[in-house]
Amino acid sequence: MHFLFATRDELFITIAKIAILLFIVLTVNAYLTWFERKVVAHIQSRWGPHRVGPHGLLQPLADGVKFFFKEDPTPAGVDRLAYFLAPLLALALALTSIAIIPFGPEPLRLFGHDIYLGIAPLNLNIGILALFAITALGVYGVVLAGWASNSKYPLLGGLRSSAQMVSYELALTMSVVGVLLMAGSFNLRDIINAQGPMPGHPDRGMIGWNIWPQILGFFCFFIAAVAETNRVPFDLPEAEQELVAGFHTEYASFKFAMFFIAEYTSMITVSCLGTIMFFGGWLSPFPASWTLTHYLPSVVLIPFGLWLVLDGFRYETVLGRVVLPAVGTVITALGLVFIVFPHVNAFIQAPFWFLSKVLLFLFVYVWMRGTLPRFRYDQLMAFGWKLLLPVALVNVALTSFVIAAKLQWGAK
Amino acid sequence: MVPTNYYVILSAILFGLGVFAFIFKRNVITIFMSIELMLNAVNLAFVAFSQALGKLDGQVFVLFVIVVAAAEAAVGLGIIILIARNRQTLNVERVDLLKL
Amino acid sequence: MGGEMTEPLLVFFVLAALAVIGAVSLILQKHPIHSALSLIVVMVALAGLYLLMGAEFVAAVQIIVYGGAIMVLFVFVIMLLNAGAEERTSLSKMAGPPGLLLVAALAAFVAATIARSGSSVQAAAQTGALSSTKGISEMIFRDFVYPFELTSILILVAILGATVLAQREKS
Repeated sequence: MHFLFATRDELFITIAKIAILLFIVLTVNAYLTWFERKVVAHIQSRWGPHRVGPHGLLQPLADGVKFFFKEDPTPAGVDRLAYFLAPLLALALALTSIAIIPFGPEPLRLFGHDIYLGIAPLNLNIGILALFAITALGVYGVVLAGWASNSKYPLLGGLRSSAQMVSYELALTMSVVGVLLMAGSFNLRDIINAQGPMPGHPDRGMIGWNIWPQILGFFCFFIAAVAETNRVPFDLPEAEQELVAGFHTEYASFKFAMFFIAEYTSMITVSCLGTIMFFGGWLSPFPASWTLTHYLPSVVLIPFGLWLVLDGFRYETVLGRVVLPAVGTVITALGLVFIVFPHVNAFIQAPFWFLSKVLLFLFVYVWMRGTLPRFRYDQLMAFGWKLLLPVALVNVALTSFVIAAKLQWGAK
Repeated sequence: MVPTNYYVILSAILFGLGVFAFIFKRNVITIFMSIELMLNAVNLAFVAFSQALGKLDGQVFVLFVIVVAAAEAAVGLGIIILIARNRQTLNVERVDLLKL
Repeated sequence: MGGEMTEPLLVFFVLAALAVIGAVSLILQKHPIHSALSLIVVMVALAGLYLLMGAEFVAAVQIIVYGGAIMVLFVFVIMLLNAGAEERTSLSKMAGPPGLLLVAALAAFVAATIARSGSSVQAAAQTGALSSTKGISEMIFRDFVYPFELTSILILVAILGATVLAQREKS
């Protein structure tokens, strides 16, 4: 195995990538909470946060400051090692899983180095298995938190939550096997490329995505992913009406924030995984020959930026009247840059489509939170074992049949 | 590259520590965990030799060992739960009579 | 040891030290849950060693199955049975020193046998011709098909056995 880093420069580039990605992920987490609160509020016919900063955009900052300054008591009788280890483990594992996700096919050429988007090396042959390994270890954060808290509700919540995570992990891994059979590799970049232009179909857009042949697998994956991240409708272990707050009851400000960030980060990871496996990752839904669609990023950004500027002029507070037009101008300028410089535009296509699809997934997650009631625990476990796992296995069997039949009777 | 001897010596040390834990500890679950430690040490030796010889047989056997260890852990922990329910203790020295 | 400390050797020593510290911690900890955590550390260190040797599939399976399922089962059972800290009895205190001697003798015997076996078995150059996953799957489904089917029956038997064992008595 060629060893870790070929040159010293690669080491520094990787460290820089890690730092930048960490910053981006934490910021996206913070604004994901804002997004969730706003969307759920609008579903419930109210406004959500709108006082702290224009449109409530500074709310995550206020929450962060609150977490920083709130008292952080440690209950009596806790098992010290496990109590302090659990949130650390949950957060570290959730953030590590982001390192495996590739964000774009082409590298940035800076200072004579090829900087690929994504921290994991290009030839990580066990790409998705590594992701599942990290998810499998994530159960420990929950179970240790529940047990170490020396209290009834966290113990019950921890046991239920970890049993739920282990059960739905099976369905999650099985549902993805169909995609792996079709792509023939564990490597995430290969899986995306297998949904793109192929020798027999040089110009397919959305038709080549895995969602069409693997619709069963996609539904299994999505439901299992929602259960795995403990989100509604599978959030019984941490619901307020049921178990006080489940496994993180006894955790106060900063440690609770770590669990919180871990949950939202795993939500983001699973959304990225869903887009990579089933929705073509960074591939455009339009065939490559429709070159006008390359201007879609600008077509989206410029009107959005102009709308922000106009909205800012009419905003109530002074801060809003200054900040919103500034942000709107930046976004409009970005859109114009993409029109003016074609090679920047070519580079930005892949990350743009990737991020839009991930955003769509996250919106569906938040939409489900605002709309659906939650499962009872026995219904949840029965659903995972008796419905989801058999359906995933049927999907694997069907996919194997079709692939074997194609091999047997020649490609169509 | 790391010589294979180093891996096998590490495997021997881990195996020895597993045997010592098996003899020395009194909690039946910890004894069971020491068995898992011994199995892991053996797995390490298998993979080391698989890499030394350039064949994949060792890694295939490691997969089988992991599967068998999983089955054994499931049944063994079931038995341990029964013992704990019946004798109300997890100390192996208290479970040394065949009849209650 | 002779020779300069190359990068792989350094990583090996770090992971090996982690594994040995985990194993020693398994022995020294009083509460079974801390022993379980130490065993998880050992398993993750071993997975790192498998990665170092190029056995990537085995490393991933080790973490997913051993570290993510079997050890979770152990932790569940420890929590369920509310296992407390262990007590030291006279018998176990007696077994300590002789056990240590015997184990040291065992390890020394193995090490001496290897050292005496002439030239050390050097690691074969990484062929890379057959990637780990593809090669393993070809071997399992061609040469080792019967053991594979037998282990699936074994797992079925284990599931049934565990279900029967864990049932409460119906009286």
